[in-house]
Amino acid sequence: MKIVVLVKQVPDTKNVPENAMKEDGTLNRQALEAIFNPEDLNALELALEIKDRYQAEVTVISMGPPNAKEILKDSLYRGADKVVLISDRKLAGSDTLATSIALAGAIRYCEPDFDIVICGRQAIDGDTAQVGPQIAEKLNIPQITYTINMDRIENNHIFVSRETDNGIEMVKGELPLLLTITKEANIPRLENIKFLMKYKRADIKENAKIKIPILGLNEIGIEEDMVGLNGSPTKVKNIESVVITKKYIKNYSPDEKGVFALFEDLVKKHLVE
Amino acid sequence: MKKSILIFIENNGESIQDVSLELLSKGNELKKKLDTELHAAIIGDNNTEFYGKLYAFGVDIIYSVNDGEFKEFKTLPYTKAMLKIIKESNPQIILYGATNIGRDLAPRIASSLKCGLTADCTDLRIGDFEYMKKTWRNLLYQIRPAWGGNIIATIVNPEMHPQMATVREGVMHMIEPDYSLKGKVVEVSVKLSDEEKKITILKKIIKEKTVDLKGANIIVSGGAGMGSKGNFSKMFEFAKLIKAEVGASRAAVDFGFISKDHQVGQTGTVVKPRVYFAFGISGAVQHRVGMENSGTIIAINSDPDAPIFDIAHIKIVGDINTMLPLMIKTYKEMGK
Repeated sequence: MKIVVLVKQVPDTKNVPENAMKEDGTLNRQALEAIFNPEDLNALELALEIKDRYQAEVTVISMGPPNAKEILKDSLYRGADKVVLISDRKLAGSDTLATSIALAGAIRYCEPDFDIVICGRQAIDGDTAQVGPQIAEKLNIPQITYTINMDRIENNHIFVSRETDNGIEMVKGELPLLLTITKEANIPRLENIKFLMKYKRADIKENAKIKIPILGLNEIGIEEDMVGLNGSPTKVKNIESVVITKKYIKNYSPDEKGVFALFEDLVKKHLVE
Repeated sequence: MKKSILIFIENNGESIQDVSLELLSKGNELKKKLDTELHAAIIGDNNTEFYGKLYAFGVDIIYSVNDGEFKEFKTLPYTKAMLKIIKESNPQIILYGATNIGRDLAPRIASSLKCGLTADCTDLRIGDFEYMKKTWRNLLYQIRPAWGGNIIATIVNPEMHPQMATVREGVMHMIEPDYSLKGKVVEVSVKLSDEEKKITILKKIIKEKTVDLKGANIIVSGGAGMGSKGNFSKMFEFAKLIKAEVGASRAAVDFGFISKDHQVGQTGTVVKPRVYFAFGISGAVQHRVGMENSGTIIAINSDPDAPIFDIAHIKIVGDINTMLPLMIKTYKEMGK
């Protein structure tokens, strides 16, 4: 069985260090640490679980700047068999549709006979959850989103549970297909010391001992005008940093007297019974 | 004829989701501004039940795929149905609720139509856009938080129409329905091929909603500063006393203090209670966009500079571990 996992390196928007806040109350985005998108680790873990149970070859693909090699090395340390970096300046400014075109092209080029493509539900920088379903459409395969558990694979079908708006749904899907995984699905394994030693020197550099392939648009057969700013239907009109506006504020002391006064006021205003 | 505005109506055969009615409400405003028609796309097996309600929310034409094959949401059949409806309705704008269904379906359709799609919008407006010395008139401004809520981006889709967006539940104001309004129905029939039946639903487990944040008058919410599950059980006690629902920040949910159905914020529920207590919540933008329209915000935090105080109406600088029991005790002593 062949499994492709799609991963992204993202700024750690959940842990904003103090020095990342500028004086005007806005965020200095460069100051955020680059991390493995959390739900992509769940996607990799599911692929590795399938590999453990059914024997599979796990290929991890990432699109991003050269530095995204870090999460590919991390994938190797955790048990991935192959990793590929898609990196090209012409990809800069791609929206979700353009990104899905590039990644679908990469999958067709690197692993055309895949059985399952697995992605995290969404990345913490955009939180859109759009790229997975858009890739599935481009590859003309079904999708199962919000997957929270994989039960089994049997006779070319996968049995999974997915989160719906009002509960859980157990579904059966014919392979090949694409899954998106939520963080409830599993607990990602840690790096394995054996793989750490083996892939320590893996790099995208030409002379690297273990070479991480780095592919551009030409290699994956995608036209320049289908990606990047030109290939993106959506444009960012403007971005506002969120600046907090002060409202009038009333102080109460953190003691019995203060709390009593607070409740008295709330009751008087019929806010609390 | 100007191109329409089309709203995807999410329903479970028994009722229409609130978010769809909220979108129809917004659709009425956009329809006036753009001088066009409001259309509804409804897919299911019991659609006739809902036509009256859709007219009451200002729908001019209902496009209905009403067939047993479409009883349950499945991506590929619904995509096919929507693509057929879109062809007939010829919309300039299509809106979906940012539910699991909307966020599964809309990108599939966007990819198929090669049009743009903006996820999880919290506001929509109409305006012009200038780019490379060209001007586009009356585009849909799709406004959404990004980067964990630290920035608010306005996205437009100037050329590859329709302009599509998913919109967060609870952010658009719902209008009063007017049951004297009438429109018309166009029945659309869709035949499915085996290719579209590769996913089978084996079993559905419906979880009764135990938390009703949207309907609550008072919400007592806790963040990372709560420090433990134990403090949350105290908060449940306090909530019960003052007849409140319990909310939480994403951090509190991520720490495992409380389950995700309690989460308030960009990736949780958007709430507007009369009173919002924020215990140990620092006030990340991701949380603020979900509660900043609350009537009275009471923030309790040990850090006097916590950003939550910038939007709070009432400020108490204090330690949660002492404040929570003190509030419970004081409230009880007041004879409540």
